[in-house]
Amino acid sequence: MSAGPYRLALHDDRTRVPFTFDGHALEGIEGDTIASALLANGVRVVSRSFKFHRPRGVISAGFEEPNALVQIHSGARAIPSVRATLVPLTPHLEVFSQSGWPSVSRDVLRALDWLHLVFAAGFYNKAFIWPSWGVYEPVIRLLAGLGHTPAARDPDRYETRHAHCEVLIVGGGAAGRAAAQTYAGKSERVWLVDGAELTAAGDISAASNLTLKPHTVAVGMYDHGLVALLESINGASSQAPRERLWLVRARRIVLATGAVEQPLIFSNNDRPGIFLAGAARTYLERHGIAPGRRVVIATNNDSAYDVAKAVCRAGVNVLLVVDSRDTPEPTLIRELQALGVRVRSRSMPIDSSGFSALKSVTVATLTPGGIGQRDRIPCDALLVSGGWSPTLHLYAQAGGKLQYSVATCALSARGDVHHVDVIGAAAGECAGELGPRVSPIGNRARQWVDLRHDVTVSDLDLAVRENFCTIEHLKRYTTLGMSVDQGKLGQAAATEIIAGIRGIPPQMLGHTTFRPPFVPVTLGAMVGRNVGDFFAPTRHTPLHAEQAAAGAQFEDYGEWQRAAYFAKPGESREDAIRREVHLVRTGLGIYDASSLGKIELKGPDALEFADRFYCNSCLLTLKPQRVRYGLMLRDSGAIFDDGTVAVLDDDRVLLTTTSSGASRVAAWLEEWRQCEWPDQRVVVVTVTDQWATVALTGRQARAVLERLKPKCDLSNDAFPHLSVRVTSLLGSEARIYRVSFSGELTYEINVPSHRGADLWSVLMDEGRSFGIGPYGVEALLHLRMEKGFIHVGADTDGTTVPDDIGFGNPASAKQKHYIGKRSLTLAENVRPDRLQLIGLAGLGRAALPVGGHLRLPDSHEATDGWVTSAGLLSSDGKPVGMAMLRAGRNQMGNLVTVHDGGRVVAQARVVRPLFYDPQGMRTNV
Amino acid sequence: MMHIPCPHCGPRDETEFSYGGPAHVARPGLEASDREWTQYLYHRQNPKGAYRERWCHSYGCGRWFNALRDTTTHVISKVYLMGETGE
Repeated sequence: MSAGPYRLALHDDRTRVPFTFDGHALEGIEGDTIASALLANGVRVVSRSFKFHRPRGVISAGFEEPNALVQIHSGARAIPSVRATLVPLTPHLEVFSQSGWPSVSRDVLRALDWLHLVFAAGFYNKAFIWPSWGVYEPVIRLLAGLGHTPAARDPDRYETRHAHCEVLIVGGGAAGRAAAQTYAGKSERVWLVDGAELTAAGDISAASNLTLKPHTVAVGMYDHGLVALLESINGASSQAPRERLWLVRARRIVLATGAVEQPLIFSNNDRPGIFLAGAARTYLERHGIAPGRRVVIATNNDSAYDVAKAVCRAGVNVLLVVDSRDTPEPTLIRELQALGVRVRSRSMPIDSSGFSALKSVTVATLTPGGIGQRDRIPCDALLVSGGWSPTLHLYAQAGGKLQYSVATCALSARGDVHHVDVIGAAAGECAGELGPRVSPIGNRARQWVDLRHDVTVSDLDLAVRENFCTIEHLKRYTTLGMSVDQGKLGQAAATEIIAGIRGIPPQMLGHTTFRPPFVPVTLGAMVGRNVGDFFAPTRHTPLHAEQAAAGAQFEDYGEWQRAAYFAKPGESREDAIRREVHLVRTGLGIYDASSLGKIELKGPDALEFADRFYCNSCLLTLKPQRVRYGLMLRDSGAIFDDGTVAVLDDDRVLLTTTSSGASRVAAWLEEWRQCEWPDQRVVVVTVTDQWATVALTGRQARAVLERLKPKCDLSNDAFPHLSVRVTSLLGSEARIYRVSFSGELTYEINVPSHRGADLWSVLMDEGRSFGIGPYGVEALLHLRMEKGFIHVGADTDGTTVPDDIGFGNPASAKQKHYIGKRSLTLAENVRPDRLQLIGLAGLGRAALPVGGHLRLPDSHEATDGWVTSAGLLSSDGKPVGMAMLRAGRNQMGNLVTVHDGGRVVAQARVVRPLFYDPQGMRTNV
Repeated sequence: MMHIPCPHCGPRDETEFSYGGPAHVARPGLEASDREWTQYLYHRQNPKGAYRERWCHSYGCGRWFNALRDTTTHVISKVYLMGETGE
């Protein structure tokens, strides 16, 4: 018994491969693809069409397949919409059809086909507009049969590899193999890739500089010789990745990508049992599969004659060969006649019958006025050939120009791309005389040009009638070539028909743009190993372990993982933050500030250089050991970052930046240094990672720090607020800042990273008798909100200028030319109705919603601003916040309504944004 | 993805570089009119064809340089240092 009723005896000795199709157990043989195994088993219907739910069968044997798109595997490993023609059959492979209900062979939605006149091109745009497209979309998607995405995370591994070569040859056919042979003798590194099998046998020598990549499809050509290759790895060990994406930089690329056989266009040219002639030959010769029992072959060129001979010699009954040309080559006809096959010239199929399998084809004689004699020929397979269209997707992606060729009736390569060669069938070398490929009569609404998206000739008529004439418009209106197969089959035929409708020569029509990928690429292959923990690096501070031991709950802040808060047993997030705020206000807190960006400027011009970046004060007068707060602008005047500037020495300035802004600011400084001010004698070095920073905050901070015996006087007079000391602590160099973001007395102590953990433990020990406790980012953000200190990026956005947040208009100051200064006097930046930073005192008890919109009384605007920061005051629990409000500083004392989710949720009074210690008494102690 | 010849390190993948917009944009002084200043801030030529632009080899040597690139073919015909005119 053979493996499938359509399998010819000659392949009987190969190993059997069991698999399932929609749950039915079937058997293929070694070397099968899914498509060949299904054909061998007589499975004619593999899918239902997109709009009309017509039964469809395998038509091709390659990447151009529009019908045999199936889902493979199940559960987490499932992949939808793979081409059954490309996937090798592996033991126990689960294959599922993607469309039709209850099954692909018995689909109740076939009724849609009777309504086909309703579903013409553009019907989505015309019909599904009330009440909205969103109502219909889920149902339409379901009917369309696009497969199912896996429900769980893909357990397989994928890889990305980079490589370089002198010559990359795409396509392992005759032309590609010959090129590989030639180049292997004269170039250093030569690669030959093909989507199917590829062995070093026969005409390819196993030269050491020749790399063969079978099961590898070139999916994209990019700039400067970069080619993306998708390698499928089948049946290897379970440790192997499932797919590998190669990024190969090649000096020369040889495209031996072959050509796609074109279909013939006639009524009902979509029935299961109609095959491309070349595909039928592949199934016959590679897999030993008969296309049917009684076969008709229809062609407009010479290539199908070889197919006819092969089918005939395999013992399959070839009833007739139909050739649309007036006078095919007589020797070809004689050869077939010798095998007992009749050839009918000047004829082509005009219709077919059958539903889930082809039953007959109607063949008619072409006459100058239309058609002559017609005959209905019962058959179960029709092999068609409408000429060959070169596969030039990669060539076009590389920037190559395409032109419709009258000789090949297909797009061909025109001109050249300097590092790309096109050879073999891809260069149109298989051209011969072509006859008509479009039936002169028939029902145009039943003549398919795009099988995958159910686009028929009448859809093209309609599009042109409605003036969607240019090829790009027409494509989008009819969705021609826009499905997962990207219209690889029948592209040349479509060009010819559209040109015919418009009454222009096909070479005038142009073509749509070819974009990567050539075949669909799984998301797994694209991301490779960059998933989970490898998706993006996370940064930990040198104090991560100490904080974790203290109960830190880490959250992501930009690229940093930082302690949001420290949870005690049974405490909620809010409770913990409130406790930490209270601790800092009344006792002593310790905080890991290591993620603050730290950038050192070194050189004689360090201070002058720094001065050009900060808008709010002149730094040139800043003395060593002093610190100043600084606001950094873009040249457009918008606030970019903020931080401190400390003069460590005459030629050394240390900047701090926001945690998330560190790399951005460093790049910004460097850009100006190199591009605008190369005369400045300064170097810029990021030292964020070199220092661990511990903030000791609260009234008792000084007393605890004293116990560590720093080599500097800590008294308020000797070491006042906004100053810095370079000293030594615990036997290491230390940079101690007196700055405060919380409003309490604070020492920010920097020690070399590797000493950070020591410093943390010593401070915790020494502070124990003062009730020291750690606090996290969330508590700090609350503390600073009470003080009205801005958080750049939260209280400001890309349009906020200094005056908006109450810094006055520094442009009026006689300060030098800092970045952004000129922009601050532009009309837009001094408009009186700009959004301005204000404080809000809520009248209710609940916290104000951050992001909630504000409206002034009697306002006609949709919004007058929004809440940027909010919380409950640590002193009395009242809701307060900061907000940007239109002309807000003129609204002091007025009430605004706060909106959230479309409702008014609170009323609030506009106040100064300062809720704690307005005189700064607590900082300067 | 382009292959960009860094004048200091040689050809490297585009992913190692940051783009810096057009080269040779002169920054006016404080005395510039609003019009001149906003031209400097916001107006760019965006031509089809030869284009002088700035690149920084961020994940390499960290140096800024100029490149002459064709915006249609992406052919980079020249790279030259900051401060040079490239003529």
